Amino acid sequence: MTSASPSLLSPVAPSAPPRSALADLGQETLALTRRLFLQLLRRPSTLVAGVLQPLIWLVLFGALFAKAPEGLLPDGMSYGRFLGAGVIVFTAFSAALNAGLPVMFDREFGFLNRLLVAPLRSRSSIVLASVLYITSLSLVQSLAIMGTAALLGYGWPGGAGLLLVLVTLLLLVFAVTGLSLGLAFALPGHIELIAVIFVANLPLLFASTALAPISFMPAWLGWLAALNPLTFAIEPIRAAYAGNLSLSALVLQAPYGELSVATCLGVLTALAAGLFLLIRPLLDRKLS
Amino acid sequence: MPEAVIELQDVCKRYGKGDRAVEALQGLSLAVPQGSLYGLLGPNGAGKTTTLRILATLLAPSSGTVRVAGLDALADPRGVRERLGYVAQEVALDKILTGRELLQLQGDLYHLPRAERDRRIAELVELLAMGPWIDRRCGTYSGGMRRRLDLASGLLHRPQVLVLDEPTVGLDIESRAAIWQVLQQLRDQGTTVLLSSHYLEEVDALADHLAIIEGGRVIAEGQPAQLKAALGGDRVTLRVREFSDEPEALRVQLLLQGCPGVRQVVVNRAQGYSLNLVVEHDGVVEQLRRQLAEAELPVFALAQSRPSLDDVYLQATGRTLMDAELAVAGSRDAKAERKQAMR
Repeated sequence: MTSASPSLLSPVAPSAPPRSALADLGQETLALTRRLFLQLLRRPSTLVAGVLQPLIWLVLFGALFAKAPEGLLPDGMSYGRFLGAGVIVFTAFSAALNAGLPVMFDREFGFLNRLLVAPLRSRSSIVLASVLYITSLSLVQSLAIMGTAALLGYGWPGGAGLLLVLVTLLLLVFAVTGLSLGLAFALPGHIELIAVIFVANLPLLFASTALAPISFMPAWLGWLAALNPLTFAIEPIRAAYAGNLSLSALVLQAPYGELSVATCLGVLTALAAGLFLLIRPLLDRKLS
Repeated sequence: MPEAVIELQDVCKRYGKGDRAVEALQGLSLAVPQGSLYGLLGPNGAGKTTTLRILATLLAPSSGTVRVAGLDALADPRGVRERLGYVAQEVALDKILTGRELLQLQGDLYHLPRAERDRRIAELVELLAMGPWIDRRCGTYSGGMRRRLDLASGLLHRPQVLVLDEPTVGLDIESRAAIWQVLQQLRDQGTTVLLSSHYLEEVDALADHLAIIEGGRVIAEGQPAQLKAALGGDRVTLRVREFSDEPEALRVQLLLQGCPGVRQVVVNRAQGYSLNLVVEHDGVVEQLRRQLAEAELPVFALAQSRPSLDDVYLQATGRTLMDAELAVAGSRDAKAERKQAMR
């Protein structure tokens, strides 16, 4: 080690803030987001597995039910096209459900404390970085699935339809990310978080309209599917693939009534806002 | 006496509730002079880490006041964080990032402009001799490398106060010496350094002030030389037999207490009922030998030395620091401590 020159180690008192709070918040959020992307770049298995799993669902389930009886699906839709919307939503949902894992590991290994001793302008930048990262990741994975589905002949939603798909996915991802981050701060460790993810993932998929329409389900399951947030994301996307882009278009005959695209998006918006409001006191307490 | 840059007044910290509550700090008060290298000495579980985590604003005290660099740590924690560098005991690094990327992240969290951040990183890489490995992933680093990187991370924003929790635990001699050198340079150039340690020789060699913590309280405070001088005379450790029993030790204690020039005779139960005492001059030792012989007591071992910090600790607590370490070694709950550290 070298001997230090006097200026190298001498302390410097903080001066008046030369920059706005927004610039500071931007710098810390970008730095935290960059860290998550660097992790992804060097450990791409998460990204690959996140695309591979829904792709297998798409190919296997598509083949399994390719000869589904006529009249099972609305408007004589092929099963592949029907399934496509479900798999896209499942992809985004799974990615978002895992959003809390990096935060949980940071809690467990003490890295979160390293962040918390820094004079962050707002500690919400830690949450914001996770939301930015997981939103980008889930959209990239979903677009990869959409591209593959198109190659398999299951259709493409077109420009305006793509916009509806992206808006729907964003709302779902925000909601599920909020839930996952809340769990990451509420649960004692990653084992418990993984257990919750494991238990929630597939049942929520099966109890939605991802794999079969409500008309095909027993009444009790139909009710579950009609209340499942995944269904509120699947149906607008299915409508976008069918070229049905009107917000007032009816997309689902639920046991309690008919749902339009606007209703579905409204429910997803309320869910996302509600979940973030719900976890806010927890985040405030844990990050204070 | 320079102005205190760190002040803790009657600080209490309680973990848990009800019957399972643990009082980690029980009215701890401390004043660290500006520009000093201050050592916090005590066995594991004494409350050192809790004290430092409160200073780093990671924990709020249950009661009491905490001021750092003139700021109330409870009212203005962000102001304190801007002025304080914290090097934790458990080094938490992101194994996937390189050391340089970690420092860049840290610089951004302290809102350093990019050019200044990169210049500062280059300076610290040079100072701490991290050049050959700074662009390797943190997961490949040895303990010494991790400590240096963490020290660099704590210094990146040129803090007025640097707080280090057991900075050299588990390090090889070379890495330890390197860190000692940087800490001394920091103090010489105006940074106030507060370090916790349970290595007596570390605190003795580095600190110009120290506080001994036991059971969440400061039980002795001052400059190491003053504390040792206050004991007066040389320290003598006497064993009449290899393994004495308590009655014999107490008998010898009574005998020695009556000898002129002998003070502070303590029976050290943890060390096979040996006796620790202070003698005012060398002639007293010969007098002791004669008195023991007259009482038909043998001398298995007799060691004489200048007072050390361990003697200061022994005088304050009635046991050596090592005995205190051993006493708590089996009673610590690693799971509960991990939970306390986790957000």
